[in-house]
Amino acid sequence: MKVLVTGASSLIGAGVVEALAARGDVVTCLQRSRSTRLGEGSAVTQHLGDIRDRDVVMAAADGCEAIVHVAAKVGVVGDWEEYRSINVDGTDNVIRAATGQNIGRVVHVSSPSVAHGGEPIVGGGADAPVLGRRRAWYPESKAMAEILALGAASEELGVVAVRPHLVWGPGDTQLVGRIVDRARAGRLALVGGGRALVDTTYIDNAVAALIAALDAVSPEARCSGRAYVVSNGEPRMIRELVEGICRAAGVPFEPREVSLRVGRRVGAAVERLWPMVRRDEEPPMTQFLAEQLGTAHWFDPRPARDDLGYRPIVSIDEGLRRLGVWFAEQAAR
Amino acid sequence: MTAAVDTGGGARSWSPQLPTDDDWRQWNLDPKWSRFVDVVSHTGGTHRWHVLDTGVPDGSDAATTPTVLCVHGNPTWGYAWATFLRQLHGRYRVIAVDQLGMGFSDRVERRRYTDRVRDLDDVIVALGLPGSSPLVVAAHDWGGAIALGWVVQDPRQVAGMILCNTGIAIPEGRKAPGIIRLAAWAPILDLVCRGTPIFVEGTSRLSRGRISKTDRAAFRAPYPTASSRAAIADFVDDVPLRSDHPSQAAIAEVAERLGSIKAPVLLAWGAKDPVFNDDFAADLAARLPNTTTHRFANSNHLVMAEADVAGIAGSWLDDLVVGRLAAAVTSDGPGDRAGVAALTFDSVWSAISSRRDDHGEAFVDLATGDALTFSELARRVEAVAGELVRQGLRPGDHVAMLTPPGVDLVSAVYGVWRAGGVTVIADRGLGLQALGRAVRSTRPAWVIGPKRSLGAATALRWAPRASQLDVADLVTADPGDTLPPEPSADDLAAVLFTSGATGPAKGVRYLHRQLAAQRDALATTYSITSEDRLVAAFAPFALYGPALGIPTALPACDVTKPAELTADILDDACVRIGATLAFASPSALANVVATAMGRRRFGLERLRMVLSAGAPVPSETLRAVAALAPAANLHTPYGMTEVLPVADIELTEITAAEADEPNGGVCVGPAVSGVEVRIVPLGFDPDELPEAVAAWPMGEILVRAPWVSDGYLGLWATERAARPGSGEWHRSGDVGHLDAQGRLWVEGRAVHVIHGVDGPITPVPVERAVERALGVRRSAAVGVGPVGSQQLVVVLEVPGASAGVAEAPMAERARTAIDRPLASVLVVPALPVDIRHNAKIDRAAVAVWADDVLAGRRVRSLT
Repeated sequence: MKVLVTGASSLIGAGVVEALAARGDVVTCLQRSRSTRLGEGSAVTQHLGDIRDRDVVMAAADGCEAIVHVAAKVGVVGDWEEYRSINVDGTDNVIRAATGQNIGRVVHVSSPSVAHGGEPIVGGGADAPVLGRRRAWYPESKAMAEILALGAASEELGVVAVRPHLVWGPGDTQLVGRIVDRARAGRLALVGGGRALVDTTYIDNAVAALIAALDAVSPEARCSGRAYVVSNGEPRMIRELVEGICRAAGVPFEPREVSLRVGRRVGAAVERLWPMVRRDEEPPMTQFLAEQLGTAHWFDPRPARDDLGYRPIVSIDEGLRRLGVWFAEQAAR
Repeated sequence: MTAAVDTGGGARSWSPQLPTDDDWRQWNLDPKWSRFVDVVSHTGGTHRWHVLDTGVPDGSDAATTPTVLCVHGNPTWGYAWATFLRQLHGRYRVIAVDQLGMGFSDRVERRRYTDRVRDLDDVIVALGLPGSSPLVVAAHDWGGAIALGWVVQDPRQVAGMILCNTGIAIPEGRKAPGIIRLAAWAPILDLVCRGTPIFVEGTSRLSRGRISKTDRAAFRAPYPTASSRAAIADFVDDVPLRSDHPSQAAIAEVAERLGSIKAPVLLAWGAKDPVFNDDFAADLAARLPNTTTHRFANSNHLVMAEADVAGIAGSWLDDLVVGRLAAAVTSDGPGDRAGVAALTFDSVWSAISSRRDDHGEAFVDLATGDALTFSELARRVEAVAGELVRQGLRPGDHVAMLTPPGVDLVSAVYGVWRAGGVTVIADRGLGLQALGRAVRSTRPAWVIGPKRSLGAATALRWAPRASQLDVADLVTADPGDTLPPEPSADDLAAVLFTSGATGPAKGVRYLHRQLAAQRDALATTYSITSEDRLVAAFAPFALYGPALGIPTALPACDVTKPAELTADILDDACVRIGATLAFASPSALANVVATAMGRRRFGLERLRMVLSAGAPVPSETLRAVAALAPAANLHTPYGMTEVLPVADIELTEITAAEADEPNGGVCVGPAVSGVEVRIVPLGFDPDELPEAVAAWPMGEILVRAPWVSDGYLGLWATERAARPGSGEWHRSGDVGHLDAQGRLWVEGRAVHVIHGVDGPITPVPVERAVERALGVRRSAAVGVGPVGSQQLVVVLEVPGASAGVAEAPMAERARTAIDRPLASVLVVPALPVDIRHNAKIDRAAVAVWADDVLAGRRVRSLT
């Protein structure tokens, strides 16, 4: 099978490319700059370009039978227009390319934050995306993108949205990188004591879920037109997870404790003031982040198991062990 | 819209603000159910009645599907039956009428009781109900008196009745309810009922928070103005509080004729109603020949809105349709039902009466020094029985036993049984408040106790209608010449209470033959012969000694307080009576071990058997006891208030079983002789009892034995659920499995099973594994999240710790100890446990707490 993977230089994208190549699929990568990790060979072709450029996407998709759409702008700062053009227009381009090239299968990588309303999620499902947020450009644009992608599902095109929850692992800069940086700087804070139960996804499981979705989706499949939250299926207290990551990285775990109420207030203030002072850096706290860290977020794993055939392959404890090995190797270099 | 104004009955002009379709939907009722019926009145003219009518359910046969006609009381309207309409409309046709002048029916001039009965007949005829399908009449409050008035005219018209917090007469020995007397007091009647909405509002507010805001708005909707409330005042004024009241004679006549209603009647009762309280339920139960009762201990007057009356009514109607409800007992009298069992029945007091000439010691209370020979005990039992009957005790009367354990209690209990009374044995282990509620719920006719207890019982209003008897007078009474006739095997003998770990304590009914069978089961299981001598350091067991015909001693401590038993006290008692058997609770045994101080105990060394039950017995405790009593076998019977014993295990067998299956739960041993145990899948259909299959490794434990209790007192639906199939099996509520050797393992309570994505997880095996690995005394395994995708959480009891998250190394060891994903390990200083055994963990409360902690919500203290 020939598969187009967008955003292939990202942690998840590269993982998907490698997994597909390893099992004998032919992969076209689409990303902005050449990746040394992915290499180049008979199985993998790197196609450079901007996801916002429709012609580029169309050309990259030429001859493919399926698309895994990973490319996205992630973050909490920046212009709405940038989030919108990459995440919404980019997704539109992928769907148009699929239709134009008679590609029947699209896996759209989404985010659980598209349905996030600030309430605790306890054994929840993949709720419908919500729109109308202020200042939270990432979830807002991703919600629009998911609606657009799933709306394109038809008798000719199978589209499934996969929402991996809090992906982490070796090489992850989003979650692991930030926790380790903060812990090193002595600025680690736990909202609400870090006792909220939170689902996370070890990187290999996120990749496995996307491959499972790719194999499951078709115009006739039950999963087409639907969204699925995927995770390790082992919710842990955020505190335990942060402590495990710190231990794996060999940095001290000495968190300050912030109540959820204070966290929300600080986050709201930072959101307003941050752009005026340090526009391009990620702020230390946002209201969204406070809620993510202070309230439970865990999901019912059965829909993804039943409809996608996805089962996690690496447990949390094994993932933490692998992370520790990786940090040790990094230090040795 | 203006409803029709009637011409014959003198209608008042009435322009109701009718609910819109949105209102009905807001009230969770189908707007299509609301309709008007023009009814030709017996007084002439036509009245427009408002009814809520669900219609005949799709696909059902109108000729066999009952119609439930619901009659509300004052000051409510058809909405009082909202739960019936919502929950039953798919299975039965439910019609709730608004009485004239009430709800959205026409406003009329004052109507007295006899007119209201005929009004009901008018609307029933207009609805075309008689003869079209089986008719079940449900009624509440004064709707009950009206409905009963209609039914007695021709009782064959109804297939059954459901009566909720209603009445037909002021029960004997009771004044009219104070609230009604106040409301009916002429100077304020108009103000309270008509001029202001006080009565309308007050009725739904009686129940405090249990009536939702939406319900309260619906209840008040038809009564916005004084003129709309005129009938409410008229209704109160029609309550016959004096014998010269115009409606008194008619109501009294109906009351006299209730015996003609042979159809089954379900009394669904809110016990906290200040108006139609338990006295009214008892009055109706005495007048109607075929009643069953389900009493809601925590509900008030509007019981249908507060409790699941509709759900229970649904089950009851289902049983009615298939003919499962018992037919009316046409002849009463104790002898009638005694069958074959009576021929071979050895009464529970026979071991006492047959030793009438035995001057050997029967019972010693070392706390008081009191002692009785068998001869004295036999005579005292007869003295109590004779005196009770002389005082007026009738067979089946409930007798609250407030006498503390000792010689007087033994004499009194067997005396009551011999006289045909039903003992209600008060167990202080319930806690004083729950004990009071429990005793009150049995409505004892008699209270027997020492003077000070009688005074306390009066002060606490445990038995407001009972005659009080001083136990000292009873046991010393003259036995007289003739004894009352003996009760039969099938007569009710005792009401015992469950520990009430989940909700109010339930009264468990035991018949004489069941008590006798239980005695025989104990004798067989433990090979008890006349050579045995018993020390009973566990209050309930003290009563079994005399039944088994063996000398019995109470040790010199308060046997209701396990912590008072020391090694010295137990040993002294054993020496004094030459004990071969000792029975003590697990916590009492733990205290014996703690106070043993390594000395030899010659009394304990002679014991051939030590029994301990009531709560899980740690095998460490048993091993320490074995060291003190080297000749004794240490036995732990398994059972419950409803059936005991079920199984039995000996210490060495526990050790062997735990070696076989380290994570099996608690091994309680093989079923004792005479007991059948069946494991059925969780969530089985109680109407279709599954066959015994080996393919269910874990499931709910069902028990069948001749000594399974008869059922529950005043809890029809609870009993129905607990006795599946044709009723002879008892659902233990425990889950577990049978192993290849036929040993039974208990893995927890069915309601505490954790339903994860990979199937059910039982709590006890998880807890035991974690407790062993971490060396903690107690833990609770609970689920958080929705059923089906619950996550496993373990909460450890660490005395002195502050509640919160376990340290990382602890969590790690806990995870290593069990073979399934563990989301979180939490710590509390103390887990919530029951009062009686100080051992049964309230896992449901723990689960709620853990859910709050792990959701990031604000957390309250757990205990």
